Amino acid sequence: MNMLAASTTGSYAEIARALAPEAALVIGALLVLGFDLFAGKRADGLRAVIAALIGIAALAGAAWLAAWAGPSGFALQRALDIDRLAVGARLGAYALSALTLLLLPGSARLRHPAEYAAIILFATTGFSLMAAANNLLLGFLAIELASLSLYILVGFDKTRPDSAEAGLKYFLFRGMSAAFMLFGFSLLYGLSGTIELSMLGLVLRGGPSPVLLVALVMVLVGFGFKVAAVPFHLWAPDAYQGAPASAAALVASASKLAGFAFFLRLLWPGLHSLAGDAAAFPLATGWMPVVAVLSLGSLFVGNLGALAQSNVRRLLAYSAIAHAGVMLLGIIAAGGAGVGPLFYYAATYGLATVGAFGVVSVVERDAPCQSLTDLAGLWKRSPLLALTLFVFVLSLAGVPPLAGFFGKFAVFAAVLKLNGLGGPAGWLAILAIAFSAVALYYYLAILKQALVADPAKDAKRVPAPVLPALSLVLCAALLLVLGVFPSLVLRWF
Amino acid sequence: MPLLPWTIYLTFAGALLAWLAGRQSSGAARAVALATALAGWGVALAAAAGFTPAAALVDLVNCPWIPQLGIRYHLAADGISMTLVVLTGLAATAGILFSWNIEERAGEFFALYLALIGGVYGVFLSADVFLFFVFYEIAIVPKYFLIAKWGSTNREYGAMKLVLYSFAGSALVLAGVLWAYAASGGAGFGLAQLAAAAGNFTPAQQTGMFALVFTGFAVLAGMFPFHTWAPTGHVAAPTGASMLLAGVVMKLGAYGCLRVGIGLFPAGLEFFQPVLIALALIGIVYAGLVALVQEDLKFVIGYSSVSHMGFVMLGLAVASPRAVSGAVLQMFSHGVIAGLLFAVVGRMIYERTHTRQISALRALPLFRLLPFAAVAFVFAGLASMGMPGFSGFPAELTILVGAWQFSPLVTLAAVVGVLVAAAFTLRAVQLSFFGATSEKAMPDHPLPPVTWPEKTGALLLLAATVFVGLRPGFLFHWINTALESPLFQAALKGGAL
Repeated sequence: MNMLAASTTGSYAEIARALAPEAALVIGALLVLGFDLFAGKRADGLRAVIAALIGIAALAGAAWLAAWAGPSGFALQRALDIDRLAVGARLGAYALSALTLLLLPGSARLRHPAEYAAIILFATTGFSLMAAANNLLLGFLAIELASLSLYILVGFDKTRPDSAEAGLKYFLFRGMSAAFMLFGFSLLYGLSGTIELSMLGLVLRGGPSPVLLVALVMVLVGFGFKVAAVPFHLWAPDAYQGAPASAAALVASASKLAGFAFFLRLLWPGLHSLAGDAAAFPLATGWMPVVAVLSLGSLFVGNLGALAQSNVRRLLAYSAIAHAGVMLLGIIAAGGAGVGPLFYYAATYGLATVGAFGVVSVVERDAPCQSLTDLAGLWKRSPLLALTLFVFVLSLAGVPPLAGFFGKFAVFAAVLKLNGLGGPAGWLAILAIAFSAVALYYYLAILKQALVADPAKDAKRVPAPVLPALSLVLCAALLLVLGVFPSLVLRWF
Repeated sequence: MPLLPWTIYLTFAGALLAWLAGRQSSGAARAVALATALAGWGVALAAAAGFTPAAALVDLVNCPWIPQLGIRYHLAADGISMTLVVLTGLAATAGILFSWNIEERAGEFFALYLALIGGVYGVFLSADVFLFFVFYEIAIVPKYFLIAKWGSTNREYGAMKLVLYSFAGSALVLAGVLWAYAASGGAGFGLAQLAAAAGNFTPAQQTGMFALVFTGFAVLAGMFPFHTWAPTGHVAAPTGASMLLAGVVMKLGAYGCLRVGIGLFPAGLEFFQPVLIALALIGIVYAGLVALVQEDLKFVIGYSSVSHMGFVMLGLAVASPRAVSGAVLQMFSHGVIAGLLFAVVGRMIYERTHTRQISALRALPLFRLLPFAAVAFVFAGLASMGMPGFSGFPAELTILVGAWQFSPLVTLAAVVGVLVAAAFTLRAVQLSFFGATSEKAMPDHPLPPVTWPEKTGALLLLAATVFVGLRPGFLFHWINTALESPLFQAALKGGAL
C-alpha cells in the first residue's frame, strides 16, 4: 500500500486546524518561559503562580479548541484519527495536567517553576498527540516527546539525590523499552507495508506468522512499560518515590491515560485481526492472551507488593501497578463493550492519583512525606487535606459512591459479558474482584494514619495554599460527581 | 411523593450537618444527630402507619440512572423492608442516645454513624441489585473509622478484621452478581429482571451464583465459619457502634441472603440446603457454648449475637414460608435485644466501672450501685433467652416450628441452642450484677448514676421488644404478605403459613 496515496499538498490551514490544540499548548509553554525570562526576577514570590496560571490558560485554550472541533475524523492525511476516544483522551489529559499545574505553587522545592510548568505543557503536547495518533511514526514521536519531558520532570528536584536516581532509572528503562517498541514498529511496517494503524489490521489479516508474533511481543513490551504492567514495572516504585510529587502525579495519571488511548487504537482497530481470544478455552494465539498474562502478573505483584510497603509513594506506585492490571482487563473487554469502561476507569484513576500525590506534595512543603507515619494526624494538621485524601484513597480502593468503584464495576461487567466464566478473562475478573478486597487493607493503612492516628509530637499544622487546595477540591468533587453520575462520561462512547 | 426514601436522604444530609455542627461544639453535633435519627425513624413510622402490605415490592422511586449498563435508581418496599426500616430507625435513635458521652471529635463520630445508617436504609429499600450493592458498600467504610478511633479493646485489629471480612464478603457478592448479569445477557440489574433471567440459567450456573452470593452475604450475617470477625469487632467497637453493628448491620447480610441469594437463585438453595442448615445449627450451639466460658462480658454478648443470628440463618436455610417469616421477625427482635445488651454492658457498666471482666464485676454489688442497669439487663437477658412476653419468643418459636415441619431432628438440635442461651445469659446476669451480696463489697464512692439519654434509649428498646413480644401479629402480617409475592412463592416451598 502506498502510504502517500493521498495528496501531499495538504494546506497549511488544514494542518493548523488539525493541530490547533497542540499549537496552543506549545505557544503557552513559550509564553511561560518568555514571561519568566523577562519578568520572573521581579515577581519573585509569584513566579510559580504566574507560570501555573499561564499554563492553565493554555490548557483551557487547547481544551476549548479540541472540544469545539469535536470528533472530526481523519486529519493530516490519515496521520491523526480524531474520534471520540481521541477527543476524550485529549480533554482528560488537559484536565489532569491542569490539575497537576495547580499543585505547582504549593511545592517549595522547585527553583525553576517556569521551566517545570513549560515542560509539563510539552509533555501534555505529547499526550495530546498520542491520543489522536493514527500512524506508528507519529505515535512513536508523541510517546518520545512525552517521555523526554517526563524524564526531566522526574529528575527535576535538585535538592535530593533520590530525584536524580529516579530520573535516571526512568530514562534507562524507558529508553530500552522504546528501542523494543521501535523495533517492533519497524517489523510491523516491514510486514505490512503501511504505518497507518487502521490499515494495519486490514493488511495483516492472514493470521500470525512467527515474525509477526515477535513484532507483537516487542510492541507489547513498550506498552507494558508505559502503563507499568508486570514485568515491566520495576521503574515505577523508584520513580514515584524520587520524583517531585506533582511529576509523579503526571506520570501516573495523564501519561497512563494517553498511553492507553494510543495502545487501544493500536491494538483494537490496528491489530484486531491478531487479537486472538482470551475469553474462551482454548486460547487463540494473539495479543489478547499476552495482555491477560500481563494483567495477571500486575494484579499479583501490585497488590501483594503494596501490602508490604511502609512508604506512601511506593505504596501508591504498587497500587498503580495493580490498577494497570485492571485496566489491561479493560483492553480485553474493549472488543465487546467499546472503550467507554476503560476510558472512564483511566480518567477517574488519574483524578484520584493526581489528588493523592497532590496531598503528598502539599504536606511535603514543610516536612518530608515519605513514610506512612509522616501522614499521621493529618485530620488535625489540615482537615481539608485529610478530607480530600479520604475521597482519593477510597476512590482508589473502589468504594462507592466514588468513581473508582464504578470504574471497576464497569470493567468487570464488560469482561464478564464476553463469555461469563468460560474463559481466563472471566476468571481474571473474579481474581481482580478478590484482590480489591485485599487492596482495602493497604488503602485503609494510609487512612488510618491520616484520619485515626494522632499527630507526632513535633508535627505542625499544614497550611494548604489556595491553588493546590482548589486542585484537590476539584479532583474530589469530580470523583464524587462522576461516581454518582457515570453516564456523564459513558454516554459519549 | 413517597415517604420512605426520605429516610435515606435525611440521614445523609444529617451526616453532613452533624460534621459541620461538630466543628462548633460536640453538643451541637449530638443534637443534630439525634434530630436526624428521630426524623428518619419518624418518617419510617409514618410510612408504616400508612402501609398496606402487598404481595410484591411496591415501587417508591424508579428512574433511569446508568442506561449503558441497564442500571436504574429503583427503590421499593414490601413488608420485610418495612419491618427492617423501622428497626433501623429505632436502633439508630437508641444508638445515638447511648453515644451521648462522646466528646472527642464528636462531629466526625456522628457523621460516620449517620452515614452508616443511611447506607443501611438504602440497602433495605433497594430494588436494583447495583444500587443494593452500592449502599451495602457505603455502609462498610464508616465501620472502620468508628471502631479504630473510638473503640476500646484491640480496636485497630478489630476494626481491620471486621472491615476486611465485610469487604471480602461483598467481593464475593459482586462476583456472583456480575456473573448473573453477564449470563442474563446484560440487560439490567433490577431484582425482578435478574430473577426472571435467572429462571433460564442452568442448575450449575444457579448453584455457583448462589454459592458466591449467599456466602458473601453470610459473612456479614455472621454465619459459622465466617463469624470470627463479629465478636472481636463488636467488642472493640464503641457502644453506639456495637449496638448498630450487631443490631442492624448483621441483618444486612441476612437480608441480602434472603432477597438476593434465595430470591434470585432458588435452585442453588435447594442444592446447598443440608449444608446451610448444618452450619446454622453449629453456629447456634457452638457460639452459645463459647459464650458460656467467656470472661469478658462484652464477649458473651458478642458470641450471643452470633448464636441468635444462627437462628436467623436456620430459618432462611429451612426456607419454608413459616421459617422465613420467623427469621425476619428474629432479625427485628435480635436487633432490638442486641442493642439493649450492648448498651447495658458497654455504656452503663463499662463506662462506670472501667472493667468488663466478670471476675471483677462479681466483686461489686452492681444491683445496688446501678439499679436501673440491673433491671434493664435482667429484662434484656430474659428477652435474649426467648422468654414469652418479649419479641424473641414468637420469632424463635416460629423458626422452630418451621424447622420441625422440615425435620424434627433439626428442631431438637436448635432447642439445645436455646438451652445453652439460657445458660450463658443466666451466668452473665447473675455473676455480673448479683455476684456480691455483702455490705463490705460496696466501693468507697458511688458510681455515676445512669443518665437520662441512657434511660430513654433503654426504655425505647425495652418497649419495642415487649410490644412486639405481646403483639407480633402486625409484623407477621407485613412479613407474610411480603412472602406471598410470586418471587418468594417460587423460591420457598413446603409448609403452609
